[in-house]
Amino acid sequence: MSARRVDEALPATRTGEACAQAPLFELQRVDVRYGRVRALCAVDLRVVPGERLALVGANGSGKSTLLRVLNGLAVHTAGQLVRDAASRQAMLFQRPFMLRASALNNVALGLWLGGVPWQAARLQALGALRRVGLLDAAAQNARTLSGGQQQRLALARAWARRPDVLLLDEPTASLDPHAKREVETLMADFAAGHGAGGPAHPVTMVFSSHNLGQVKRLASRVVYLEHGRVMADLPVHDFFHGPLPEAARLFVKGEMV
Amino acid sequence: MSTMTQSAATALDLLTSADAALWTIVARSLAVSATACALACGAGLVLGAWLGVARFAGRGAVLAVLNTLLAVPSVVVGLAVYLLLSRSGPLGSWGWLFSFKAMVLAQTILVLPVVTALTRQLVEDADRAHGEQLQSLGAGPLLRSLLLAWDERYALLTVLIAAFGRAISEVGAVMIVGGNIDGFTRVMTTAIALETSKGDLPLALALGFVLLAVVLALNVCIALLRRWRERVDGAAAGPAIGVAA
Repeated sequence: MSARRVDEALPATRTGEACAQAPLFELQRVDVRYGRVRALCAVDLRVVPGERLALVGANGSGKSTLLRVLNGLAVHTAGQLVRDAASRQAMLFQRPFMLRASALNNVALGLWLGGVPWQAARLQALGALRRVGLLDAAAQNARTLSGGQQQRLALARAWARRPDVLLLDEPTASLDPHAKREVETLMADFAAGHGAGGPAHPVTMVFSSHNLGQVKRLASRVVYLEHGRVMADLPVHDFFHGPLPEAARLFVKGEMV
Repeated sequence: MSTMTQSAATALDLLTSADAALWTIVARSLAVSATACALACGAGLVLGAWLGVARFAGRGAVLAVLNTLLAVPSVVVGLAVYLLLSRSGPLGSWGWLFSFKAMVLAQTILVLPVVTALTRQLVEDADRAHGEQLQSLGAGPLLRSLLLAWDERYALLTVLIAAFGRAISEVGAVMIVGGNIDGFTRVMTTAIALETSKGDLPLALALGFVLLAVVLALNVCIALLRRWRERVDGAAAGPAIGVAA
């Protein structure tokens, strides 16, 4: 796997050590500032293939910013970021944006923007719609779909691009329990690499969530952020059962305001 | 019978009797404004969409000028075009002054900022809300602006209708560059002004009725479009834009 140098090079020894499990992302002391606001402070993070990484923390803790940095939508103002150039990414947002067009064309557009010719994109999009259970709604105006259906459509649009990494920013935050379960099931399936028409290998998943039950169900590792800093970075079992910094402990207990 | 009611009755006669002079003026007005709108929209939609997404040094100044041009009186536009097209002006050799083309040019210049500014606002709002998602799919600024403009196409139709309303109801620019020549450059607004000053109120009133009807029809179109959009999208339609005579 080739590592693209986003800014300065990482120390050779470090990349050498990581050869067995080359990272998809490696952040070293990454800062992001929005004017005078420091959204991320000295964040160190390493994401390797096959991980299901959950970002948790209060509102404004930097979860979305971190995802945007990983996706290249936000530019870090300090530190080093190395991103695997060969890996394909797709990102899902809390409220997915659908064009005033059919569900099929919305999925095809994502593929077309990725360089797939339009007719081929429409064919691939059909497979992706089938995968998320929206084939019957292929011709329907995407804006008239329910919130849960739109999020599944967004998953289809992301998944059709055959990503190696799926970045999800609170993907179920605005959904009812039923829709939440449907989306979670799809997320779990994609992470496990199930189904045809998408990536044949497990998809690495980085998602933010306020739902700790969802984190337990889906994540293999949890990063707790507070005021833009990583306060805990632990395997999911250790995060929920091991010792934690005080703020993270209160967060997990639901006592943090 | 008072002068007003007498004039109104005669005006209605003119309207129902298919008076050739009256309907020629109406047709010319519609042709000038429609051509001007088509030209202004061709450039204004693309420019506005691009301005809605592009970020460059001096963008604030460009937007300030654009917003200022929204409020430029039509007589000032007429004067500027007159200076350009007059025999001693830089475009004098074209020989367009006091012609259909001159009126189209003036109205295009008048309407262009309206189309550009409203398109820019619509696309910029859409980009602020959704641009990042298109960007994450791989759309660059130009593609993003075009996709968002296309996505806002119903709202942009409203902009086009509003622009047409602005064009057809203006009097100053076409009066100066068209000259209000009978059978040649006389349009509804200039004819109303002339006939009123001559005291021929029935023709002025008849033209006024037609102009009001056109503006009313445009507003009905806007309202129907908004209702249709709400039905199709199941969501609230965009900004409220109307047409004033």
